[in-house]
Amino acid sequence: MSNKPQGLLSWIDARFPLIKVWEEHFAKYYAPKNFNFWYFFGSLALVVLVIQIFTGIFLTMHYKPDANLAFASIEYIMRDVEFGWLIRYMHSTGASAFFIVIYLHMFRALLYGSFKKPRELLWLFGMVIYVALMAEAFMGYLLPWGQMSYWGAQVIVNLFSTIPYVGEDLAIWIRGDFAVSDSTLTRFYAFHVAAVPLFLVFLVFLHIVSLHAVGSNNPDGIEIKENKNADGVPLDGIPFHPYYTVKDIVGLAVFLFFFSLVVFYMPELGGYFIEHSNFIPANPLVTPDHIAPLWYFTPFYSILRAIPDTGGGAFAMLLSLGILFFLPWIDQNPIKSIRYRSMLFKVNLFVFVLSFFVLGWLGMRAPVPVYSEMALRFSELYFLYFVILWFLSKPRPRLISYMYFIFLLGIITLYDFMRVNEDTQVLVSIGWLLPFLFLAFMFLLPMFTNINEDRIVPERIT
Amino acid sequence: MVEKKVDKNRRKFLTNSVTFVGGAGAAIAMWPFLASMKPSARARAAGGPVEVDISKMEPGQKIDLIWRKKPIWIIRRTPEMVKSLEDNRVKFRDTNSDNEAQQPDFAKNRHRSMNSEYLVLEGICTHLGCNPSYRPEIAPADLGKDWSGGFFCACHGSRFDLAGRVYRGVPAGANLKVPPHKYLSATRIVIGVMPDKEVA
Amino acid sequence: MNKYITAIFFIVFSSQVMTASETPSELAKYVAYTNISDQASLQRGAKYFVNYCLGCHSLEHASYERTGRDIGLTNDLVEKNLIFTQNKITDKIISSMDQQEAEQWLLAKPPDLTLVARARGADWVYSYLMTFYKDENRPTGVNNWRYPNTAMPHVLLPLQGMQAANFVNNTDEDGITRKEIQSLSLIQDGSLTRQEYAIAVQDITNFLSYTAEPMQLERKSIGFWVLLFFIIFGLLGYFLKREFWKDLH
Repeated sequence: MSNKPQGLLSWIDARFPLIKVWEEHFAKYYAPKNFNFWYFFGSLALVVLVIQIFTGIFLTMHYKPDANLAFASIEYIMRDVEFGWLIRYMHSTGASAFFIVIYLHMFRALLYGSFKKPRELLWLFGMVIYVALMAEAFMGYLLPWGQMSYWGAQVIVNLFSTIPYVGEDLAIWIRGDFAVSDSTLTRFYAFHVAAVPLFLVFLVFLHIVSLHAVGSNNPDGIEIKENKNADGVPLDGIPFHPYYTVKDIVGLAVFLFFFSLVVFYMPELGGYFIEHSNFIPANPLVTPDHIAPLWYFTPFYSILRAIPDTGGGAFAMLLSLGILFFLPWIDQNPIKSIRYRSMLFKVNLFVFVLSFFVLGWLGMRAPVPVYSEMALRFSELYFLYFVILWFLSKPRPRLISYMYFIFLLGIITLYDFMRVNEDTQVLVSIGWLLPFLFLAFMFLLPMFTNINEDRIVPERIT
Repeated sequence: MVEKKVDKNRRKFLTNSVTFVGGAGAAIAMWPFLASMKPSARARAAGGPVEVDISKMEPGQKIDLIWRKKPIWIIRRTPEMVKSLEDNRVKFRDTNSDNEAQQPDFAKNRHRSMNSEYLVLEGICTHLGCNPSYRPEIAPADLGKDWSGGFFCACHGSRFDLAGRVYRGVPAGANLKVPPHKYLSATRIVIGVMPDKEVA
Repeated sequence: MNKYITAIFFIVFSSQVMTASETPSELAKYVAYTNISDQASLQRGAKYFVNYCLGCHSLEHASYERTGRDIGLTNDLVEKNLIFTQNKITDKIISSMDQQEAEQWLLAKPPDLTLVARARGADWVYSYLMTFYKDENRPTGVNNWRYPNTAMPHVLLPLQGMQAANFVNNTDEDGITRKEIQSLSLIQDGSLTRQEYAIAVQDITNFLSYTAEPMQLERKSIGFWVLLFFIIFGLLGYFLKREFWKDLH
């Protein structure tokens, strides 16, 4: 090894904490040795962020942020710019890939309690990133100025007008006009290209710093820092570099394989990644038959539509997103990992995930009565997840269990009575069975079985 | 950690292969992005050849047109103008057009054009890019008695003769550029194509 | 268990490729067999397009030059056979009909067709051109099964001939009886046989599928190498990972 590189490194290191940062965050950052499949998605999320920013920069070289020119400029990129089609498809696939990765990343937190103390702030930063990402995707989707771009934006911005007193003016202020127009396009462009990416990068920085400050969680939910050797190194920890850098390379290769499979062979993915009606230029006078947001918004869209009242629906949607922020304080059971939680916890989580999927699927369908009823019922199950999560996190006396059962079923049944009419009687009654059975399973069954018993958490990683 | 026999060579080989393959992949992945910055089909189309009809040109007239966003001049020289090219009073920097970058081979002659009557030039001063003005008149007051017609660039005083040859002792260092062009007929020139190529 | 959930996610979503909408079964039988690598078909489709469609419909995002190149025609052939206007080879394919006038005569602006095969699907385009039928109540004298009350006249009438709709009375669950089309029959011959016409429409559909996404073939061929690269890179990476992780066992 010649002296020059050492010299350069030490020159830099005397002026910048290069080696310190490398050791603290890579070579001597001790991560639990039992990371599994669910732990790939953090680094993959970072990769997708880089892909989006990089492809985004090259798209802005050719895109025209003007209502009269935008649509044609996308086709210009696809056809006349060399490899423009590739850059465009990478960006559109990257957007959906981002949400797939993030949902799996968040699910890991639900599985292993990664949001619990001392990682509550980590979770909060993550939730802010998630909301910022939704805004980024929403605004980016307006830019192609297709039918779905325009009408999706119109519908969602109109939601703001449901806010009492200030709503109408607020919506006008957001749009910069009385309907979605060129003014809206240019400001969404400014946010999408500059403001939100900067914000995201900053938030991701905070997210990683707060992770490294407390150390990573793991599939057993055990704090590895509680068992250190004589040198202060956690017994169950391994240095991130080289073990996880090398493992993440494999994860990256697999991810990029599937990413490329979509980009090169099915970029539209049946209309899920690029919606068909977006190949028609925006027409303020003609609404497409079927307005549906992109797939990653559909669960929340379902919840929005489940309540027939505009203000009520908007509120329910906001609540469904907002309640996630409070997760660290809702689940009060100190056991972090699903591996040591009760069967009931597992069923509850399963039903939550199922509801999320079903709501997502329903969000893409036309709101016929059966689907509307299903949307409401699965929305109820979605919210019940949090209530039950909280309830199950401590042992509760029988009486309290009965009371909660009656109380929750009562609210649901009361709302049913309020909304039912002659035509929907049968549908509502059948639908009622869903929350009823779920609540019975969750609240009554534990009284007669040991289904709510947690397991003993081991000292060391298994 | 259990101390197992670490096969250093295998480890090094694998690390190097992954780095090499990964690095090569990343480098190749850069190509589409860099390529996307090349002139697009639209830019190339806009930069395509331009046809000009010269049948209505008067002797001594200069017409202007744009090719690839550059001003192009076509001058129909009078016989006197062609004769004045042989005038030896003025010293030129590159009398014989030895600087190959400034004209196609067919313009490497006294009149710097395919035929002596018509001159085709890029109207951009070879000093710093201003547009010289067309001064066909003999010995005007501001240009002196040795001026037998040519182009004068007002920005820094560069002078060129009626074949676009640059005078010695002026800021510009090269003759005015002759763009590739071809005669489709006696009355039609297309700018932007060499004579041996088919017009697209 | 969690891996199964992820798997179910992919299975459910990949099976929902067609958006559910009520399509009468007879109408659903008009299916396009798209093949972008069939250059002969694309050339015929281009020929039909400039002869029958370009009068009203533009392909504003496609240029003559690139289109010609992709379907296997030299610039010369394109200029001789496909350009009937003053357009240059590098120009976009724009209809010479004035949009305002079109709206006056036809009561609707003929939409640009570059992306129609992506917006509505190849099957839609195919079935649209196949299912014009006689309807005296319409200003154009025809109606369309795929897109009822279309403002477009049956431009390909000379080729297909005239069809008539066979109606049937359907009563739905609310007790309302409606007259619905069950099938179409040819009542007047055109210059092409049924088979020939179907092939011609297939050619046009093929051509429009090409214009909607001209780089399809290129992206698939590049994709093969990219996937191969990731398989190799992934395998190498896996061996590297396994080598290092031996330390921990």
